[in-house]
Amino acid sequence: MGIDVHHITKRFGDFVALDDVSLSIPTGQLTALLGPSGGGKSTLLRIIAGLEEPDSGTVTIEGVDATALAPQHRNVGFVFQHYAAFKHLSVYRNVAFGLEIRKRPKDEIRARVTELLELVHLDQFADRYPAQLSGGQRQRMALARALAVEPSVMLLDEPFGALDAQVRRELRDWLRRLHDEVHVTTVFVTHDQEEALEVSDEIVVINNGAVEQTGTPSELYDKPVNEFVMRFLGPVTHLGGHLVRPHDIDISLSTDPGSHPSTISRIQRVGFEVRVVAVTERDEDVAIQLTRGQADRLDLAVGRQLWLRASNDASVLDTGAAPVAAAAARP
Amino acid sequence: MRVVVIAYLSLLLVIPVSLIFWRTFSNGVAPVWHALQDPAMTSAFRVTAIVTGISVVIDTVFGVGISLLLVRYRFPGRAFLDAVLDLPLAISPVVVGLALILVYGRYGWFGGWLESHGFQVIFALPGMVLATVFTSLPLVAREVMPVLEEIGIEQEQAARTLGAGSGQTFRRITLPAIRWALAYGVVLSMARCLGEYGAVSVVSGRLVNKTQTLPLVVDQSFQNYDVTTAYTASFVLAAIAIASLVVISILRPKERA
Repeated sequence: MGIDVHHITKRFGDFVALDDVSLSIPTGQLTALLGPSGGGKSTLLRIIAGLEEPDSGTVTIEGVDATALAPQHRNVGFVFQHYAAFKHLSVYRNVAFGLEIRKRPKDEIRARVTELLELVHLDQFADRYPAQLSGGQRQRMALARALAVEPSVMLLDEPFGALDAQVRRELRDWLRRLHDEVHVTTVFVTHDQEEALEVSDEIVVINNGAVEQTGTPSELYDKPVNEFVMRFLGPVTHLGGHLVRPHDIDISLSTDPGSHPSTISRIQRVGFEVRVVAVTERDEDVAIQLTRGQADRLDLAVGRQLWLRASNDASVLDTGAAPVAAAAARP
Repeated sequence: MRVVVIAYLSLLLVIPVSLIFWRTFSNGVAPVWHALQDPAMTSAFRVTAIVTGISVVIDTVFGVGISLLLVRYRFPGRAFLDAVLDLPLAISPVVVGLALILVYGRYGWFGGWLESHGFQVIFALPGMVLATVFTSLPLVAREVMPVLEEIGIEQEQAARTLGAGSGQTFRRITLPAIRWALAYGVVLSMARCLGEYGAVSVVSGRLVNKTQTLPLVVDQSFQNYDVTTAYTASFVLAAIAIASLVVISILRPKERA
């Protein structure tokens, strides 16, 4: 196993950041710690790195108990949201830092740094200083710097959080490709569900200092164990007292056993997608997501009568929070 | 507004300091040269250099240490320590001198014990260093602390995760980041140590050729109507201070670009 976290508890004064959290992160995978800010995910990452001490519990990295080890002995690579670039060192020296500390021979350092700078597409910028780089370039430099020491795990704390949307998207794809090449066990913290769903092999949803659910992106999206996970991973709407995704609603123009009669109150076209709001007899506002083709075929108009039901393969949760059609979380 | 500021600074700072330079050389270079050769003067140079040198080293080590402690750690009594740090600037140096005599003087707290073991503090170099260090204590720390605050802790943490121990992290990351603030603090502290008068005058005993520093020479020769010596010593003090400030301000912007 890559990283094993056992019964970690961490308090800051009265605030409980992590409450008896246990977690296994498999070797060689890209795992996302996903959750709202203040939920404890960054604290967990920092505890794994040794930058924060847990009040109780243990951390095992690649089979070695690291709980009492100082950060410099854990062999982890850490990437900060705000890059933590060494401002007084050139890009080359930044990446070489860990190797210089390890007193590797000059030739070896040169070869390794050159290789890494090519990998992160910064070979042109070796002699520049961090202040002369864009945010995206600085973060790529920080990644190369962390990779240089061949860490057994890479820990990324909101690595793209400080970048604008376009660069964020590029770096996200790039991180995925990089991981497919390098295969180092990687954990990254994010509050962006789209980022987690798109990039990771496995997602751990953390909220209020506890793990809500662990699973692959599709497991989490399709079989959320509770309302929090369902809401956090994508849009939801109410239908007949259940939570359902707006694109998982079947529309029929004639009555149908088990379906909810309702009336269209609003239709909105957003590019390729059509958003319909319909009001049921129970006075619920149901949001429905359709493709343009579906909407045209049904000939929808405000005031029209519809019969709605959740599709057969939809993930549906009782609003009482108990799962209805959802499977249990992975162990 | 600008005129007011310039006039104010001129009257307060520029004109008096310039006058010192003017008066020093009013009879040409020869009397100045002669005054510099005087044994009392050369002894004062030596004493000033020794006291300043030792004090600046102590100030620097202490300043960096306490800055790291106050900025990087949270502990009970931290706010109190932070406030106490400014005490030397608030207390009159003469009071500092008297306080030192109360502790380290022959009839002081443990001055007697030290003296019976052959170690004289008051009316000797150790006491002068103590007095000088006391009065210039917070200067380095007050320059370094805001910079430490500003650079934050993440670069240091990054260095730790890359395998650097605390010593290596300090040498390779923290020190380069604070070097200009530190240099500025050292210069300020040096200027302060060179010019320290009040506290030193009390604890030194003003023994000619033994415990007299340049500021004491200025005062004493002025009292004795030996204006050439007084102006010469003043000129040297002012020139060193101005020269170090100029050097620092020339070096600093170059580094930043």
